[in-house]
Amino acid sequence: MLQVISLLLENKPGALMRVTGVLTARGYNIETLTVARTLDPELSRMTIVVDVDATLRAQVIKQMNKLVNVLQAVDLTDSRAVVRDLVLIRVRATLEQRTAILKEAEIFGARVIDSSTEGFALEATDDPEKLDEFVQVMRSYGDIEVMRSGALAMSLETKKLRLQPPVPAGRGRREDQTAVEVIEEN
Amino acid sequence: MSNLMSGAKMLLECLVREGVDCFFGYPGGVTLPFYDALYDHHIRHILVRHEENACFAAEGYARATGKVGVCCATSGPGATNLITGLVDSMMDSIPIVALTGQVPTKLIGSDAFQEADTFGITRSCTKHNFMVKNLADLPQIVHEAFYIASSGRPGPVLVDVPKDVFQAQGHYAPVTNIHLPGYKVFTEGHTGQVKRAAQMIWDAERPWVYAGGGIIAAGASTELRELAEIVDLPVVCTLMGLGGMPAEHPNFVSMPGMHGSYAANMGMSNCDVMIALGVRFDDRVTGRLSAFAPHAKVIHVDIDPAEIGKNRAPDLPIVGDVKRVLERLNEILAEATPERKAKHAADRKAWWAQVRAWKQEHPLVPSYSDTEIKPQHLMAEIDRLSGGQAIVCSDVGQHQMWAAQLVRFSEPRLWINSGGLGSMGFGLPSAIGAQFARPDKLVFAIVGDGGFQMSIPELSTLASYGLPVKIVVMNNGYLGMVRQWQELFYNNRLSAVELDCFPDAEKLAGAYGFKGRTIDKPHELAPALEAAVREPGPYLLNVKVSPFENVYPMIPAGAAVHEMVMGPPEPVALTS
Repeated sequence: MLQVISLLLENKPGALMRVTGVLTARGYNIETLTVARTLDPELSRMTIVVDVDATLRAQVIKQMNKLVNVLQAVDLTDSRAVVRDLVLIRVRATLEQRTAILKEAEIFGARVIDSSTEGFALEATDDPEKLDEFVQVMRSYGDIEVMRSGALAMSLETKKLRLQPPVPAGRGRREDQTAVEVIEEN
Repeated sequence: MSNLMSGAKMLLECLVREGVDCFFGYPGGVTLPFYDALYDHHIRHILVRHEENACFAAEGYARATGKVGVCCATSGPGATNLITGLVDSMMDSIPIVALTGQVPTKLIGSDAFQEADTFGITRSCTKHNFMVKNLADLPQIVHEAFYIASSGRPGPVLVDVPKDVFQAQGHYAPVTNIHLPGYKVFTEGHTGQVKRAAQMIWDAERPWVYAGGGIIAAGASTELRELAEIVDLPVVCTLMGLGGMPAEHPNFVSMPGMHGSYAANMGMSNCDVMIALGVRFDDRVTGRLSAFAPHAKVIHVDIDPAEIGKNRAPDLPIVGDVKRVLERLNEILAEATPERKAKHAADRKAWWAQVRAWKQEHPLVPSYSDTEIKPQHLMAEIDRLSGGQAIVCSDVGQHQMWAAQLVRFSEPRLWINSGGLGSMGFGLPSAIGAQFARPDKLVFAIVGDGGFQMSIPELSTLASYGLPVKIVVMNNGYLGMVRQWQELFYNNRLSAVELDCFPDAEKLAGAYGFKGRTIDKPHELAPALEAAVREPGPYLLNVKVSPFENVYPMIPAGAAVHEMVMGPPEPVALTS
């Protein structure tokens, strides 16, 4: 089963490479990856969908949380979350198919973003499985061109964000370090 | 208050603020501005003969002191030569800051002369890495690098600085704060969990302490000894943890693992509560994981949450600095009523009797011969001369295992070796770093004839600085550890393991202007080692040992800990 990981990370060069590195170092193939800036321009939100061995999922999340640029990595696979994907489809439509295609698009809540004598360009947003069905239906009309954005996942539960407070710069810090964090396992 | 200075000067200013007194490096084209600023600066730069050895030397410095080790290399080949050292310090959690030069920012990505994507290449070799694109960011980044390297679970951090950033002029304002919101440092263990750990220890019938490199990194050896004494616990220290408990302490058993002692491994297999402190359940310790410590409930204390449950799911995890956790745990344990302590001591009698019986059954004792120098004899002599006080830097292979088995350490930071990565060529350069860090100490570099030949260029560094490192080559004419495996698991088909044409030690050392000698008779060993130690400068002692000796006990790879082999399967044929 696919694992859905949501990350909040610093918007810095190399941050993406570090996160994906946790997966590529183990030979995992990333199915989808989306990333964009948050309201705070210094941070990005990333969603990764990846096929990780069930026994290693917790380890992957821990490894990601260890990264200096990552503020939070959470596994949304089994928690309450909405997952949305966007699809763009170009479909060739003969004159007699046009009405049927528009009808199907309406059923799936897709929008027509371009219409020409050749056919349509359609856009739909939904959960990934629903979009799979939509793509299947459109394929029945002949050759189509499909592009998908990859999943965006948002947790419906509030997770407490633990952030490290600032520390003084300079030597001997290991001793003066006041930053104290408690993690509860189990 | 701020003043105008170049990026190169600013970098040196930051190093001073971090307490750096010396660092190891090799200059090149893009680091010219930095080396120019260094010309009349008080920070000492040690010129090594290869960048890999700069990183190993910085590791030796860091391992001997606990301070951050610093190394420096130029762009391209300089930076790529650091890689082995970076991975080595990553595996053993050693605090390193590596400074690399980069081609000027406007040339990055143009395949410029000596350009390599250092930032990209070192991403997976470091705890974190930086590329400085603007001079204004330099001080902040350098202090962040030192902070990340030395806090939490220590590790290497690389800072890549383009030439134009070194050259640019800017106003330097000292950095006061470091704010890395995503960098989580867990120091205090959960109090409830620590209390539960105390309860588990009192309730145990066969408690056992499995202590590792985390004890050394956290400076928790006093706390470890207190723990052992309060509850009278048997303690084993891993290859990375040797010296974490004084070897002569009555509660110290020895080293567990692939070449650990019988008693240490039997204890691991038979305990009912395992107190794992700053360890990572490495495969060289656990053997076949599914058969490891089958009866034990595991208490795992580690500063890195990602270590918890990575290899062995603990029954009681505690994430925190092992020193802080042990301070708290010891307080709780010490508060126990005298009756409880007395009852526990009585209950433990049978367990201790068993542990002592195991120790007597198969003790780790050196073997001797009248005709040839046994490698174990060599280690026993080094142990005698060290008296538990010398710094012993080891390379990788059979000699490393014999040294770990037979050289005793009375305190932490004396035993320096490449544990996780097993990097050959580590012994001599790390001894150079350790000797710079501790000029007061006797430093041995125990190396094999294989690893030594990877480090020969550093003889020049030794000679140049007159460092009194005592190089002891355990020379069996083979890549011994690989040969041991070929003998045992590949039908004795010895493929590419014979090392002939070892140089004449006296002439080799003499070529660099210091003394060297080759010995092969047992009666020569003690006087030759004593003469080496008496020598005020460096010394190269080439000790020809019995060529076909193998390291035992041994847990074959993939076998369970209790399936250890105590000696050679049959008399080994002496074939050439």
